[in-house]
Amino acid sequence: MGGVALRLEALSRAREAADVEALIYNFFNLEVLLKVHPLLLKGFWMTIQLCILVVPLGIAGGLVVAVAYSFHVRWLNWLLIAYVDFFRSFPPLVLLILVFYGLPFLGIEVPSLIAVLIAFLLNTASYYGEIFRAGIESIGRGQREAARSTGLNGIQTMVFVVLPQAVRNVLPDLISNTLEVMKFTALASVVALPELLRMGRVAQGLTYNPTPLIAVALIYLALLWPIVRLLSRLERRTMAKR
Amino acid sequence: MNRIAENFFDLEVMAKYLPSILDGVLVTIQLAILIVLSGLALGFVLAVVRAFQIRAVNWLIVLVVDAFRALPPIVIMIVFYFALPFVGISMSGFVVAWLSLTLVLASFAEEIFWTGILSVDRGQWEAARSTGLGFLQTLRDVVLPQAVRLTIPPLTNRTIVITKSTAIASVVAVPEILTQASAAQAFSANTTPLMMAAVAYLVIFLPLVVLSRWVESRFGWKR
Amino acid sequence: MLELEAVRKSFGAIEALKGIDLLVARQELVFIIGPSGSGKSTLLRCCNRLEEPTAGRVLVDGVDIVSPDVDINEMRRHIGMVFQSFNLYPHLSALGNVTLALRRVLKMPRDEANERGRAALDGVGLAERADAYPNELSGGQQQRVAIARALALEPKVMLFDEPTSALDPELVGSVLDVMRTMRESGMTMLVVSHEMGFAREAADRVLFMDEGEVVEAGSPARIFESPEHARTREFLRRVTGH
Ligand SMILES: Nc1ncnc2c1ncn2[C@@H]1O[C@H](COP(=O)(O)OP(=O)(O)OP(=O)(O)O)[C@@H](O)[C@H]1O
Ligand SMILES: [Mg+2]
Repeated sequence: MGGVALRLEALSRAREAADVEALIYNFFNLEVLLKVHPLLLKGFWMTIQLCILVVPLGIAGGLVVAVAYSFHVRWLNWLLIAYVDFFRSFPPLVLLILVFYGLPFLGIEVPSLIAVLIAFLLNTASYYGEIFRAGIESIGRGQREAARSTGLNGIQTMVFVVLPQAVRNVLPDLISNTLEVMKFTALASVVALPELLRMGRVAQGLTYNPTPLIAVALIYLALLWPIVRLLSRLERRTMAKR
Repeated sequence: MNRIAENFFDLEVMAKYLPSILDGVLVTIQLAILIVLSGLALGFVLAVVRAFQIRAVNWLIVLVVDAFRALPPIVIMIVFYFALPFVGISMSGFVVAWLSLTLVLASFAEEIFWTGILSVDRGQWEAARSTGLGFLQTLRDVVLPQAVRLTIPPLTNRTIVITKSTAIASVVAVPEILTQASAAQAFSANTTPLMMAAVAYLVIFLPLVVLSRWVESRFGWKR
Repeated sequence: MLELEAVRKSFGAIEALKGIDLLVARQELVFIIGPSGSGKSTLLRCCNRLEEPTAGRVLVDGVDIVSPDVDINEMRRHIGMVFQSFNLYPHLSALGNVTLALRRVLKMPRDEANERGRAALDGVGLAERADAYPNELSGGQQQRVAIARALALEPKVMLFDEPTSALDPELVGSVLDVMRTMRESGMTMLVVSHEMGFAREAADRVLFMDEGEVVEAGSPARIFESPEHARTREFLRRVTGH
C-alpha cells in the first residue's frame, strides 16, 4: 500500500516538474526571446511614439474644449457637451475601425498612423475636455475677478490664474486618463500598426511560441505600473481632503 | 454625396445585415451585464478583505489589482486567449472576454471601494466600536454605507468605460456587435455595417453617459 | 467600578501614560484637567481599549478588560463614550444612531430598540428630533444625541472626552445640563474637560495630569483653591487667566 502511495506521489511530482518545464518553455523561453527581441524593440518604440503624439494632442484638444466651454455661450456649450458625450459613448476600438476603414471609402487615403491619431484624438479630447471643464468650474469666480481687477485680460486670467489651479484640482483624473490613453494605443494593433502588441503577435506567429506575448504584457506592466502606483497615492490624498 | 450614401448608408445592405447586428447587440449586452455583476461583486469583496489589514493578503491584493489596472484590456484578452492554451488552459472567446474585463473592473472597483473606506473618518470607527459593535458590524452598518455613497460617481464612470471595451472581445472571436459588423463589412465591401454598429453602440451607451452626468451632479462631492 | 492599575501607554518613543493608578467609585464623578498632550484622551481611550495599554490593568466592575480572553465588544457596551467631535453616523437619523448598537449588540427587535431609543432621546430633551439627521441638528443637539447613543446601552461608566470643546459657547449649557442630570441619577462618570465651573459644582474629585502622570488629585475646592504643585498652579493660572 505504502509503496503505491509513494509511487503515486513520485509520479505527481514528476508531472509537476514537467508542468513547470512546460511553463518555462512556453512563457519564459529565452531562446525565443533572443530571436524576436528586435521586433519587440521596434514595437516598443512605436508604442512610445504613439504615446508621445497622442497624449499631448488629446490634452491640447481637451483644453480647447474646456476653455471654449468656459465662455458660457449657451449654444456652444450644448454643442460641446454633445461632442463630449457622443465620443464618450463610442468604444475607442469602434471609432478606430470606423476611421480606418471609413476614410478610404470617402476617397481620403491617409497613412494608417494618421488614421489612428485622428481616432484617438476625437476620443481622448472628449475625456480630457470633460476633466479640464470640471477643473475650471471648480475655481471660484473670486479668482477671476481678482485677476481681472489687477488688469489681466481674459486669456491671461485663464492661463496664469485659473488653469494652474484647475489642473492641480483635477490632477488625479488627468493622470488616470493619461494612463487610459496609453493603454488605448494597444488597440492600434487591430489595424496593423506595428506597435508593441502587434509586434508581439507577429513574433508569436513566427516562433509558434507565446513567450513574446508574455514579454509584451511584462513590458506594458513595467511602463504603466509606476503610473498606477502614483495614481493610488494621489487619489487617496485627495479623498482624504474631502 | 451619393458616394457617402452608397458606402455608409446603403439601405439594402442595412436590411440584409440588420439581424446579425442585432444578434451582436444581444451578445454585447449579455457580456456587459455579466461583467458588471461579477466585476463589482469581486471588487467589493476584495476591498472588504483588504479592510482586515492582513499584511500578506493585502500585498497580494494590491499586486493583482495594480497589474490589472496597468495592463491594456486587449493585451489581457490576447494573452488569455492565445497564450494560456499552451499551458493547458483553454477558454472560449466569450469566457476570456468575460474573465478579462471582470478582473479589470474588479481591480478598479476594489481601489475605488477601498479609497472610499479609507475616506470615512476614523471617529466613525471609534464611535461604533465604543458602543460594542464588532469589526464586521461596524464595517457593514457604519463605514460601508458612507463609503459606497462616495464611490458611486467614479464607479459609474469606470463601469461605463469597461463595458464599452467589450468591443475588444472582437479580437477573440466573440460574436458581439463589432465582430458582426466587421464580418458584414468584409462580405459586402461596404462601410454601412460599421455605421450600424456605431449607431448600436450609441443607442446602448449614450443613455448611460448621460446618466453618469446626472449621477455626478447628484452624488458628486464638491471639490 | 472603574479601576486602573499602573497603566502605561507608549506610541513608539513617546510615552503618553507613565503608570496611571486611578479608582473611580460607583456613582462618582471624576474630573480630569491638564495641558494639551498630557495624555488625557489616551487615558480615557485605554478605559475601553480604543487604545491598547502597553502595560497595566483596567478593571470594570472587577473584570480586567485588558486580558486577552475578555469579550471586548460585550464589555464596551457597559462603558459609554462621548467624543469631542460627536462622531454621529451621518447616514442615520438621530434615532438610528441611538438604536444601531441596541439592535446589533443587544440584538433587540426593532420595536423594542426604537422604544428604548426614543426614551434615551427624551432623556436628553430631543424626543421631537428623533427623525432628524445629524446635519440637520445643531452642535449641542448632536452631542446630546451622542450622549443618548451611549446611555441607551445602560452603561455602568460613562467616559467624556472634552464633550463641549467643539461647541459654540451658547450651546455648551445644554450639554452640561444633560451631564448634570446624569450625575444626579447616579451615573459613574470620568470627564475630561476645560469647563472649570462645571467641575467645581459637580465633580467629586479633580485630577490634574501632566506629561503622562497624575500630578495631584483632590476635591475641586482643594485643587482650585490651594493646589500643592507648581505645575498645577501654573496650569490653572493660564486657563483662568489670572
Ligand atoms: N495615535 C497616536 N500616535 C502617536 N502619538 C500619539 C497618538 N495619540 C496620542 N499621541 C501622543 O500622546 C500624547 C498624549 O496625547 P493625548 O491625545 O492623550 O493628549 P490630551 O491630553 O488628550 O491632549 P488634548 O488636550 O490636546 O486633547 C501626545 O504627545 C500625543 O502626541
Ligand atoms: Mg484629547
